[in-house]
Amino acid sequence: MKNKYSIFSLIKNALSYHENWEKAWKDPEPKKEYDIVIVGGGGHGLATAYYLAKKHNIKNIAVVEKGWIGGGNTGRNTTIIRSNYLWDASAGLYDHALKIWEGLSQELNYNVMFSQRGVMNLAHNLQDVRDLKRRTHANRLNGIDAVYLNTEEVKKFCPIINTSPDIRYPVLGGTLQKRAGTARHDAVAWGYARGADEMGVDIIQNCEVKGIKRNADSVEGIETTKGFIKTNKIGVVAAGHSSVIANMAGLKLPLESKPLQALVSEPVKPIIDTVVMSNAVHAYISQSDKGELVIGAGTDDYVSYSQKGSHDIVEGTLSAILELYPIFSRMRMLRQWGGIVDICPDASPIISKTSIKGLYFNCGWGTGGFKATPGSGDLFAHTIANDEPHKLNAAFNINRFISGDLVDEHGAAAVAH
Amino acid sequence: MFIINCPYCGEREQSEFKAGGEAHIVRPKQPTELSDDEWAEYLFMRKNIKGIQFERWVHTHGCRKWFNMIRDTSNDEIKAVYKMGDKPPIK
Repeated sequence: MKNKYSIFSLIKNALSYHENWEKAWKDPEPKKEYDIVIVGGGGHGLATAYYLAKKHNIKNIAVVEKGWIGGGNTGRNTTIIRSNYLWDASAGLYDHALKIWEGLSQELNYNVMFSQRGVMNLAHNLQDVRDLKRRTHANRLNGIDAVYLNTEEVKKFCPIINTSPDIRYPVLGGTLQKRAGTARHDAVAWGYARGADEMGVDIIQNCEVKGIKRNADSVEGIETTKGFIKTNKIGVVAAGHSSVIANMAGLKLPLESKPLQALVSEPVKPIIDTVVMSNAVHAYISQSDKGELVIGAGTDDYVSYSQKGSHDIVEGTLSAILELYPIFSRMRMLRQWGGIVDICPDASPIISKTSIKGLYFNCGWGTGGFKATPGSGDLFAHTIANDEPHKLNAAFNINRFISGDLVDEHGAAAVAH
Repeated sequence: MFIINCPYCGEREQSEFKAGGEAHIVRPKQPTELSDDEWAEYLFMRKNIKGIQFERWVHTHGCRKWFNMIRDTSNDEIKAVYKMGDKPPIK
């Protein structure tokens, strides 16, 4: 049993200069065989392992990660959490996640710094106004908190926004989800890793999958840089590299992997206490607890695994930010980076079985997967353990691209969708 | 961000172009005969290769002509550019 993190453990360890904290997770070598292997040690993969161990009582699990845990998109996103999606299936999925977020720090005994500071989505033209009002109504029918704000209410909620009618894309209104907010992305990976490790899950870092061994209709194991691992259930949560793993098993997925960029400014005193997103001009912004402005840019339109993006994408986002927030005109940007996101044609994820027995995919989260981390892990664990989807992820099966029953969230939800 | 050698205009910045996705996907000759699986394959399934990929691009803010490109998606290095209808210069 691990030591519980508390004020007392903090004081006790302060007395020994914080040199005696136990490791949050072990660093084991892979065993020869596991009941389930999760490919990908990001938030979604670690959460999947955590819920498999906790809710389905399967302990002989490995999470294999080619780099270090949380080093991919989990550590690269802009940490926004919300559930105000248009369609019923999406609303069910993302609000399931949001409900878990609300108690996650207590459950994991790990402070994920979940902050329900609200997320506001702006409308800049008549179509935006109509779309956002429609979405507000749809959200309320699904029991998700949402309010529509007029321009004055937007200004009151976030006074630094330029609501002048003479800017290029004036603010005509917006929606607000008060339960939405942000969390500390690294802490989510670390918290789930610690929790999973405590229940016996092996978290194996620097272990890249090189091949999937299968017979005619089921999987038999994975080839990795640390040798062959036998298993008859593989859950792939590899984000931008999902197609690469699928290719090893002879599968094709409806995905394209593209660079998505974000950037942070130098740290400043508190200036924006919420998250503001704008679909039409593609700009979204919040402020981290360190004081950095966290700004999300868009995706490039070409396939790339380079974890770099184009400068013109950043330039477009920053020009929009400056028009909406003239107060930031002299801020300097500190860091910029890219992550590779796997985008589905309908901008909704895939949490599904495949045509190969024992091979499961959780992918296609595209530009908005972080917010779903706990729900995604929970539902993927259910799908793997029972070989059947939970009712909340039934609509997100891979066969929807054959049946045509898509969950089309493109442009319907918010920015970056 | 990279420089693209448009087969009609010469070297221009990538921001002048739009990517059109995977190239050489053949449009079904008999659409009415297609099964749902075949439609899904044609419409949605993509190779999404990490490595050498054949793709279509259009010079949106230039000659507005479509052409093909062979590019290494792991580092964005362009291997070849060729006109629509031409055979790929490398395999």
